[in-house]
Parts: sequence; C-alpha cells; structure tokens
Amino acid sequence: MADKILYTRPRSIRDVKTHYCPGCGHGIVHKLIGECLDEMNCREKTLLVAPVGCGVLAYNYFDVDAIEAPHGRAPAVATGMKRARKDKLVISYQGDGDLLAIGTAETIHAANRGENITVIFINNAIYGMTGGQMAPTTMEGQVTKTTPYGRDVTDVGYPIRACELLNTLMAPYYIERVSVHDVPNILKAKKAIRRALQNQLDGKGYSFIEVLSMCPTNWGVDAQTGADWVRDVMMPYYPLGVFRDKGTEEASRVQ
Amino acid sequence: MGKRVLLKGNEAAAEAALIAGCTHYFAYPITPQNEISAYMAKRMPKLNRTFLQAESEIAACNMVYGAAATGVRAMTSSSSPGIALKQEAFSYIAGAEVPAVVINMMRGGPGLGNIAGSQGDYNMCVRGGSNGDFHNLVYAPSTVQELADLTLKAFDVAEKYRILALILGDGYLAQMSEPCVLPEPSGERHEKPWALTGAEGRDAQVIKSLRLADGVLEVHNRHLEEKYKAVEAAEVMFENFMCDDADFILVAYGTASRVCKAAVMRLREKGVKAGVFRPITLWPYPYEALSAAAAGKKKVLTVEMSLGQMLLDVQLAVRGEVPVDFLGRPGGGVPMVDEVEERVLSYGR
Repeated sequence: MADKILYTRPRSIRDVKTHYCPGCGHGIVHKLIGECLDEMNCREKTLLVAPVGCGVLAYNYFDVDAIEAPHGRAPAVATGMKRARKDKLVISYQGDGDLLAIGTAETIHAANRGENITVIFINNAIYGMTGGQMAPTTMEGQVTKTTPYGRDVTDVGYPIRACELLNTLMAPYYIERVSVHDVPNILKAKKAIRRALQNQLDGKGYSFIEVLSMCPTNWGVDAQTGADWVRDVMMPYYPLGVFRDKGTEEASRVQ
Repeated sequence: MGKRVLLKGNEAAAEAALIAGCTHYFAYPITPQNEISAYMAKRMPKLNRTFLQAESEIAACNMVYGAAATGVRAMTSSSSPGIALKQEAFSYIAGAEVPAVVINMMRGGPGLGNIAGSQGDYNMCVRGGSNGDFHNLVYAPSTVQELADLTLKAFDVAEKYRILALILGDGYLAQMSEPCVLPEPSGERHEKPWALTGAEGRDAQVIKSLRLADGVLEVHNRHLEEKYKAVEAAEVMFENFMCDDADFILVAYGTASRVCKAAVMRLREKGVKAGVFRPITLWPYPYEALSAAAAGKKKVLTVEMSLGQMLLDVQLAVRGEVPVDFLGRPGGGVPMVDEVEERVLSYGR
C-alpha cells in the first residue's frame, strides 16, 4: 500500500533553513503563497517583488524569479514589471512599515490605478528587521523600541487600517483581511491569497490581501502568546473579512 | 540619413528614445522637461508602448527599475529637484546592475531654485548623490542634435554595461529649438540572460542589491569596479575645439561650451589663440585628454553655469601644471560671450 502524502513542501518553496524567528507568521504566508503557485501551476511565470524588512529575504525561500525593491517602492517596481510583462504573475510582498509608512504613496497609487498585481501585506504591528520600532499599524498603547511608554495616539496618531483606506478607492478589484494566528484562519488566508492571484491571472486588476501576523520576538512574548495577541488585540481593531470583491458584485449584477 | 527636422531639445530627446527602442517611459511633471512627457504620452500609445505618469519621481524611477529588470528598454526624465528624488533608485539600479536611461534637464537650485537652465547638478549627478560606491555614465550634450544622438547611444551603452546612463542637459538645451537630423536606430542589442522573465526552463534568478554575508558585498563592489574601469577605458568622449595651437584653453560642457566657442571665435579674430576643451562624458571624465590638451598652455579657464563644480575635475586633470581660472554664473545665469572674452583678454598675450 502506497503511503498517502498528507503534507509536503511546495515546489515553489526552496528546501533551505529559515531565518525567520520562532512563531513568526512570514513562513506560514510564504508556504501558503507557494502552495497556491503550485496548485495554479504558476511558479514559472511568477515575478516576486521583495520589500525592505524581514521579507527582504523572501527570494531566498521562493523558487521563483524575484527582485528586491527599495524600501516602500515595491508597488512601483511591481508596476514596472507588470507593465513590461503582462503575461507574468507579479506579487508585491510587503510589511507594515514598507507598505503604510515609507511606501504609502506607492501603495495608494498602485491601488488607485487598479494595477493588475497582487499585493500581500503582512501586518504584524511592528518593524521587525530593525529590532522592533513603532509601525503605522502599532496598536494604541503598544510598547516598542520607539514607543517605550506605549503608542500615544494623541502624539503619533492612530494605527492605520490599510484595507479600509484602500476601500475608499474606486479601482481595486479585491480587498480582504485575513489572519494566520490559528489553523482555521490559515486555511481562510490561503483561499484569499489564491483568489487574489487568480484575479490577476484573469486580468481583473488590483487585489490586496492584508494578513494579520505574529512577531513574538519583537513583541517580547512566546509564540502562543503572540498568536493570542493577534486574536485578542489586533483583530478587534483590524476586523477580518472581505472589504471589496468586484467579482461578487459582477456576479450579483448578472442575476 | 535620417529626417532633418526642427525640434525642441526635449522633443528630440524623446524621439531619439523612441528610435532607440524605449518601450517603457515613466513620467512625473517638472519644468523644464515637461515636453518629454507630453511627447511620450502622445506617441507611445500609438506605437503600442507604455507611457505611465507615476505618483512621484521616486516611483517613476522605481518603475524603470522594475520594467528594465524584465529586460525591456525603459526611461524616465526629470529636472534637478526630481533627480534628487530619483537618486534613491539610482543606487539600487547600480547595485542590482540594471540598465536604465534617465534624462536630467537641470534647473537652478538649491531647493526649488528656479526653472532656468543651470549646471548646478554636476556634483549630484557625476560624483554620485546617492549611497554606496557606484557610478552612472553621464553624457553632457551641447546641441539638440547631440542630445538626440547621445540619448540613442545611452540605451545601447546602458545595456552593454548594465549601468544607468544619465543625459545631463539643462533647461536651455531642453527648451531650445534647433534643426536636427533624427538618428538612425543602431540595431545594437545585448543578450539579457539576467532578465526576470519567470523561471521557465531555467533556475530562478534574483535581481537585488543586498549582500549581507561576510565579504560578499566587497566581492560585488570589486566586480562593479572592474566594470567601471572598462567603461573608463572605452567610453570617454570629448571635443577638442581649436585647442592644439591655443595659448588659452576654455573648459566647459553643455550650454556653457557654446558660449565659450563663440568667445573663442571672437578672440581669434583679435589674434588671441584660444580653444575649447569640451567633455562630452562627465563620468568617465576625459582627464588624460584634458591633461594633454592643457599641457604647456598659458592658462586654463573653466566656465560653468554654477559656482564651480566641474572645476575640481579640471584641476585634477591639469594637476597644477597650468594655472586654472574659473568663471561661473549660478541660479540660471549664463556666462556671456563678452564676459568670457574679457576674462581671456585680461590674461594678456
């Protein structure tokens, strides 16, 4: 009797050691994207844009063609790539500092053009690579290296909700927020990513997936506490769900 | 022979880029280079090529980086404050070795300065301006014809060396209309096995500038150094205008060199032997040629539309063997033929 394979490393992911910390969400999201690329048979047509931040080394893990963007410029680099190679699958993979602080303009304008790319946004409420500074998504009162007394929203403003912000624009085709803090949500996250990639293949335009994710190292907690913090602290402020789905709107108009 | 046409500098540069096979152009408005964008916006869709107005100069240059990384010929253009913003991408493009073409029609500065032609960006564009050890290849055209010719050439050379080629013009050249023979396509193309086109039938490849592992960046820097040496050995361009029998050498590039040539003609009518040494590439700089041209002369006069930025390279080339004087006007001012002539006359015979 042949063994039934329950789990294997996706072909789109390299067989290498990870530099991500224990309990970090990046590896989970990498795996989900890799599985989607395998299932969609897209590994060989994928062009990945890596950001500045922990995700900069994404190209060490994905076995696809990849480019490294300057900090915050991933959507602009992705725009250039997609405009030059319309038949490729272009993924902009970014963290919260990259996407919502230094790259806010690039984020909003790529979305506003309805650029036919897929943006995967890892929101872990902190700058990870540089050792845990306040991100645009850092929670009110959250202690970081640059908010040692907690984020004071009267001084530095409130955490920015990316999906809600982009949902004010006309052009985006698909906007969803998911989480990878537990297994049921990881499965939902994969579906969302798959959908966002399929939209691009179908030429539908801009798809944006925000993934609530853990950074236990810089939050100063263990892995399980990190996962619980996503659920208990982040999710109430960053509600999960589909914010925009022109596909469903189109389907309902047909009925 | 190409068609002889009357074109503004900006339009000639844009048309030359199209002739060179530029398929992707990324724009952001800034005076005095706006005619480039307008020209491209009108022409590129009709040629089934890509024109896109970006949200910033930063984004526009990063779009060039992304597009060029996939193997297409891509360009952006701007003027001084906008080039300052593009410098971020310049550094990444250099580190990642992606060919790109950028036009800078310089205006007065610092800051917003004004919109008149100027040469205040020499330091920023020739000596760097962004982080790390790198060079851009810098062309300094002085006529609309040369602007067109060098823009075409820039695409070939950028591709040959996987380097950023910068056209350093100024607001006067950008806005001036002159007869120009449109250049013929060179047909030159270089293989791009490094281009990101999807890992189909080959290993996946990465275009990046980050090299964290111990010693790896130094090896890459040495590789870039070799490349820059090859560029220095093969790509230096300059014009020697009546220098051979001259007693006085005027050194100037771009628009300032035109003033100098006019002054030299007047001086020669008066029996004063003067000549113009005009660097056409600012990096690599024609040190040896200038050194040879200046050897044994009575005086070298550097003329710039700035407070004296190329001056340092002139001094390096001449190495103190001939006295070097300077005449410059910043902030959109142009040295007048009279001023240059008088300065040379003041040296006596």
